[in-house]
Amino acid sequence: MFDARSQRPRLVVIGNGMAGCRAVEEIIALAPDKYAITIIGAEPNVNYNRIMLSPLLAGEKTFDEIVINDRAWYEANAIDLIAGVAATAIDRDAKNVALADGRTVPYDQLILATGSTPFVPPVPGVDLPGVVTFRDAEDVNTMKAACDRGGRAVVIGGGLLGLEAAYGLARNGMDVTVLHLMPILMERQLDQSASHLLTRALAARGIAVMLEAKTTAFVGDGRVEGVQLEDGGFAPADLVVVSAGIRPNTALAQQAGLDVARGITVNHTMQTSDPAIFAVGECVEFEKQLFGLVAPIWDQCRALASALGGDGALHFQCSDTGTKLKVSGCEVYSAGLFAGHDRSEDIVYRDAARGIYKRLVLDNERLVGAVLFGDADDGPWYLSLIKSGESIVDIRESLIFGRAVTEALAGVNPSDAVAALPATAEICGCNGVCKGTIVEAITQKNLTTLDDVRSVTKASGSCGSCTPLVESLLAATLGDGFERGPSIKPVCKCTDHGHQRVREEILAHGLKSMPEIMQQLEWKTPDGCASCRPALNYYLLCAWPGDYKDDKSSRFINERAHGNIQKDGTFSVVPRMWGGLTSPAELRAIADVADKFNIPTVKVTGGQRIDLLGVKKEDLPAVWADLGAAGMVSGHAYGKALRTVKTCVGTDWCRFGTQDSTGLGVKIEKFMWGSWTPAKVKMAVSGCPRNCAEATCKDVGVICVDSGYEIHIGGAAGLHIKGTEVLCKVTTEAEALETIAAITQFYREDAHYLERIYKWMARVGLDHIKACIVDDSNNRRALHDRFVLSQRDAQVDPWAERANGADADEFTPLRPALAEAAE
Amino acid sequence: MNTALWIDVGAAAAIPSRGARRFMFRDTPIAVFRAGDGGLFALIDRCPHKGGPLSEGIVHARSVTCPLHNWVISLETGNAQGSDSGCTHALPVEARDGQVFVDVGALSLAASA
Ligand code: SRM
Ligand SMILES: Cc1cc2nc3c(=O)[nH]c(=O)nc-3n(C[C@H](O)[C@H](O)[C@H](O)COP(=O)(O)OP(=O)(O)OC[C@H]3O[C@@H](n4cnc5c(N)ncnc54)[C@H](O)[C@@H]3O)c2cc1C
Ligand code: SF4
Ligand code: FES
Repeated sequence: MFDARSQRPRLVVIGNGMAGCRAVEEIIALAPDKYAITIIGAEPNVNYNRIMLSPLLAGEKTFDEIVINDRAWYEANAIDLIAGVAATAIDRDAKNVALADGRTVPYDQLILATGSTPFVPPVPGVDLPGVVTFRDAEDVNTMKAACDRGGRAVVIGGGLLGLEAAYGLARNGMDVTVLHLMPILMERQLDQSASHLLTRALAARGIAVMLEAKTTAFVGDGRVEGVQLEDGGFAPADLVVVSAGIRPNTALAQQAGLDVARGITVNHTMQTSDPAIFAVGECVEFEKQLFGLVAPIWDQCRALASALGGDGALHFQCSDTGTKLKVSGCEVYSAGLFAGHDRSEDIVYRDAARGIYKRLVLDNERLVGAVLFGDADDGPWYLSLIKSGESIVDIRESLIFGRAVTEALAGVNPSDAVAALPATAEICGCNGVCKGTIVEAITQKNLTTLDDVRSVTKASGSCGSCTPLVESLLAATLGDGFERGPSIKPVCKCTDHGHQRVREEILAHGLKSMPEIMQQLEWKTPDGCASCRPALNYYLLCAWPGDYKDDKSSRFINERAHGNIQKDGTFSVVPRMWGGLTSPAELRAIADVADKFNIPTVKVTGGQRIDLLGVKKEDLPAVWADLGAAGMVSGHAYGKALRTVKTCVGTDWCRFGTQDSTGLGVKIEKFMWGSWTPAKVKMAVSGCPRNCAEATCKDVGVICVDSGYEIHIGGAAGLHIKGTEVLCKVTTEAEALETIAAITQFYREDAHYLERIYKWMARVGLDHIKACIVDDSNNRRALHDRFVLSQRDAQVDPWAERANGADADEFTPLRPALAEAAE
Repeated sequence: MNTALWIDVGAAAAIPSRGARRFMFRDTPIAVFRAGDGGLFALIDRCPHKGGPLSEGIVHARSVTCPLHNWVISLETGNAQGSDSGCTHALPVEARDGQVFVDVGALSLAASA
């Protein structure tokens, strides 16, 4: 045996891992006796399945079960395994490899399969005992030993490996927190919706997730005790697993002078810049790409074997791969791209009851990407469609329902598909109503409208996402007898639900975040659009005062930057002048700010205050700081919020004044400013029916009379001129304030986003509003109290916050450095 | 052929999710966007309609809605979507080791030509 070996060319492989051994297997399969093979491995073990380290950690597998090639395999193939010794240098002239134990191994052909090394962020404390990475069997042993001592574990990195580590540690009884830098878990594979569902699923397994958490140091006295975060937070830990990415292990190649970019550069046959040296696996870079999954690595091994053991005709090509998260009972699959081209479209399917989210990305009638959560069975089928690049025109309608449905419906015209469904097919998942029941109800009870079907069968009565199917069934059953009824106007094209239903569901299901709403209400797009996102953000803010964290990315620029954007991209600044009152000190501060920041236009607005127009975005925080120093706060001239409360001079000066209209206006404005509303809200208080403050064309107006205060609502003087209607008359200021707060809160809780009070009133009726506010004093008080509660968190001057550094990034442009010029 | 000119415009972490930051290259405003799925994109920061600053718009899926009159612009191609037509220039962008690089080669050629 040994003699036969000595006749053959010497093939040496550095790296006894997945790529190295698979390459050898492929070569032996093509040319069993061609080489005398030596494998050098730094790890002491035989070749095992690295992928299975996750189940090994979780205790779902033993080491023996994950071995790929045992000792017998090396012996049977006459492979000389040098295990537990690292290669330290390659001498390309002498054609030999130096080992850590001083030996040298000569080669005729060399394969580098050195894999990658975990990336550890360069922060203080990385060398503390208790800080480990997750790459090999030794790491698993270290983690298991730590788990035996118990306590808290922190995993840095919410990618595939980090989450599998977290799951394994949790299974071993640790109290686990994952810290992830990005706002989305597994951001290279998942979108926000899937990430949200995954966060929930992990929470159910006792794993806490903190997103946008940046580690600045590992802290501990002689042993790690916790992780310091950039925002000042601290996560205590007895064990820290760093899983923040991997870097190709190129040290040997670099030392030997091979071409190395991010990885070792190779051609289609996996040959490096030295014809006698090949490279394979995670250590290589091919066509600017790196590799972190085994599927493409297996292709590399086949190409390499073809070069070294065959005719070299098989070339390696990059192709799409799928990723599956190995967390038991938690199906997550992702394949291809989710960034297509501008023609690309999303098909989104959500099943709230079963916790399923599927998103397919189509580009030019081809499938280019898929994200699946909750039901990943069709993952490989989608991947094959992505890889084949075949047209999906014919199966588009059923594609999202997976392979079985698509194949069952093949050849059936999509509009006839409902007709072709069996009577037992479930139409309404929420209420478990099948086709037969619906058809029977339609024919036997002579139903003709969607509402009829809803009330008789309950189909489409819950989440409503099967409404189109039920309508098709009606059409198919009744033929011409069916007329589509006036349907509810959906919020936008992302959903079939109207505003009201969305607001009801938020409360009914306690939905507290945008991804939760989108999942529960089965949104048809992955992350909404510029119409629904601001609406949902407002509904959440209104439903959960103090609890919900405002989502900046769902705010129009005016509300995000707290100023009105102008046509040239500058902003306007309108500070509050309570009830239209100002003072020499305020006017002086405004004049100084205008001078200091070269503000081109200063104008008196129609709302009794002053507008500074043409302020540069970068200057906003400083302008606000100066105005704030003079006691002024944001006027919300930019917001769906309380704008101004106009007043007239009232009893203080006017010979006709019946009440202190200025004073009441100031009180109202101080009480109500800062409140977010469905659309803008303008108010005014006039001291007598001559109405100099124009109170009868405001959303809420007060006309003072001798015997008290007339409260008016529903006026406007913009696109439509609308005089107000009288809601009621009260006798004291306190009653006036309570009533105005109650109306505002009723409007806040009931109106559709962007619906001004006059439109809301036209929809629900003045009588209804009267009944709820005027006639029902308990309800009035309760509404008032809820308004007061929400004001507790709303009355923070957004300008002062930003002058003090909040959202600094929003106001600072990027400052590029000329760093790299190519060719 | 364009000559590539990659410039380092700052830390990737500074580009907010579903948001944008902008910078000036010579006289041209450039917006760097991050979509909800994490993808980075760069466009000349002028709406094809009336020059509105796209960097101030709401980002959804792979589009941005202009803050001035609600045109929807593709982050990938700079093309206006739906019934509107027009286009702003899209620039190659890449994150490397936590820094964002934008290829402004197309602009520097145009500027020197
Ligand atoms: C500055 C001001 C004009 C002025 O120089 O006087 C003004 C300026 C704008 N108005 Fe106004 N409106 C101003 C008083 C009014 C008034 C008069 C009033 O409030 O007494 C009205 C009619 C009353 C009403 O609202 O019913 C008015 C009806 C509108 C409308 C139509 C609203 C409607 O529902 O029909 C719009 C458009 C909108 O909101 O969608 C609008 C929108 C705008 C916007 C915000 C347009 C925009 O989106 O960029 C302008 C912003 C300019 C800026 O950057 O500051 N502005 N606007 C006034 C600011 C008042 C303030 O101090 O806050
Ligand atoms: C926990 C975990 C879970 C994973 N799950 C999946 C999954 O679900 N799906 C998937 O497709 N992929 C998964 N992967 C990735 C997959 O394991 C790798 O892509 C694959 O192992 C890469 O093979 P490789 O041979 O290039 O590197 P490795 O398998 O790492 O082998 C490299 C070997 O080279 C040795 N070596 C390095 N330098 C030297 C030297 N100088 N001298 C001697 N020996 C040296 C190393 O010790 C190592 O044994 C997972 C990885 C991990 C760590
Ligand atoms: S009237 Fe028209 S142009 Fe004048 S400020 Fe109002 S919105 Fe602008
Ligand atoms: S400038 Fe962008 S839509 Fe008008």
